[in-house]
Amino acid sequence: MSGAPMSIAETLSQTVLHARHLALKARMTPFAGYDMPVQYPDGVLAEHRWTREKAGLFDVSHMGPAFLTLNAKSGDAEADHAAISAVIEPLICGDIAGLKPGQLRYTLLLNETGGILDDLMVGRPLAPDRQGMLYIVVNAGTKDADFLAISKAARGVATLSRADDRALLALQGPKAAQVLEPLIPGVAALSFMQFRRFDHGEGVVVSRSGYTGEDGFEILIHAADADALWSALIADERVKPIGLGARDSLRLEAGLPLYGHDLDDTTSPVEAALTFALSKRRRAAADFPGAARILKALAEGPTRVRIGLEVLEGAPAREGALIADETGAEIGVVTSGGPSPSLGRSIAMGYAPPAFATPGQTLRVIVRGKAQAARVARLPFVPHTYVRKA
Amino acid sequence: MRFTKDHEWIAVDGDVATIGITTYAAEQLGDVVFVELPETGKSLKLGDSLAVVESVKAASDVFAPISGEVTEVNEAITGAPEQVNQSPERAAWFAKVRLTNPAELDGLMDRAAYDAYLKGL
Repeated sequence: MSGAPMSIAETLSQTVLHARHLALKARMTPFAGYDMPVQYPDGVLAEHRWTREKAGLFDVSHMGPAFLTLNAKSGDAEADHAAISAVIEPLICGDIAGLKPGQLRYTLLLNETGGILDDLMVGRPLAPDRQGMLYIVVNAGTKDADFLAISKAARGVATLSRADDRALLALQGPKAAQVLEPLIPGVAALSFMQFRRFDHGEGVVVSRSGYTGEDGFEILIHAADADALWSALIADERVKPIGLGARDSLRLEAGLPLYGHDLDDTTSPVEAALTFALSKRRRAAADFPGAARILKALAEGPTRVRIGLEVLEGAPAREGALIADETGAEIGVVTSGGPSPSLGRSIAMGYAPPAFATPGQTLRVIVRGKAQAARVARLPFVPHTYVRKA
Repeated sequence: MRFTKDHEWIAVDGDVATIGITTYAAEQLGDVVFVELPETGKSLKLGDSLAVVESVKAASDVFAPISGEVTEVNEAITGAPEQVNQSPERAAWFAKVRLTNPAELDGLMDRAAYDAYLKGL
């Protein structure tokens, strides 16, 4: 038997909530330099289903929250927002200047050839006296490089303050709003992809967002307050702690790409089927990194595109499994995949030429040398249940 | 029953060994959702891949703990992989193998030695 996780915790960083995970008898695993809970005693399948039916609590403090703030604010809210947007927009393809106060946007950090360096969230504060600042959350594995790139771009104009010394919690699932509202009054009024600061301890930033396809929240909380909120949430019978194992199977069902697996610096937003992240204003201006290549691919169609696959027989097709057409010719590769606890069959995401990307298209996945039947599926595999307020 | 450092168990009856994975291995794997077993008649050398066990998270190889020819596989666990978690050391055996080199059994641990080995992990 091989594949059992090794214990090398001594070389790893710990989140503010590390002791909570040990107390809950989590199985810990190294992830992006942190010792993280991969599952609790209930196991991945039960945790996955619990999140879809009730509310799952995730410690995602390994991620990279930060605030980018103008060095000298004018005091004019609109001018200050325009100025801070101008700092980050040259690195990304999203329209930040056009964000409404309190709005969060999914966007992409791009290299000069239009490859994806990271996918991230950028938000504009709600409060008029906090304009000239952006809330940024980047991926764990890329945060040092991302923060360096943003700091360089901001030099002399704005300052990036990392907030990854705090805790970042995600509460996800249909019961999330009912559970969180009494603890942080006002959160239930947020719409999907809105965020704001709430008075709670030293202050929390709560966004209605997540990585499961469910309604839910992400909560940035100071280290001193994190234990108490974690404990209050866990004490609720509708809440269970959920590890990174179920986080991965939940996001896979939701069709959400995982950076470093489904996306990397050779993937363009068009190939990644993330053209919605190319904001209209930025497309028209063609003023983002790699714009020439990306707009050409947009006009002419890419040579490969991210697809969803249902595996119709045999073993799960995981990252690295080849995708073949019905004649057996290799046409692409799986970038993430595994069993779908909600659907009871195996699913995967990968890349294939657009000619093979129509939902219903029959393909093959090659697992340990065996060709297994698969079918292109529409993403997401499991419908999103985001809550959007009028 | 004898055990390997890779967390397999081997129960020998005459010249046929029944092979499975230990309770510790099943706990480490988590929820087993797919098992791939060898074909009956397959000839295995010590260390060859005997089976593949898949959890939600990952695929793990089970290596042949002894050499021999596969005489029977437990089809029940391919239909109900959760049995590997429920009864790893009894109902959820993987394969029966006719031993071709019984001397290999000498290198395996007994229960007490395996328990001591687990304590040291």
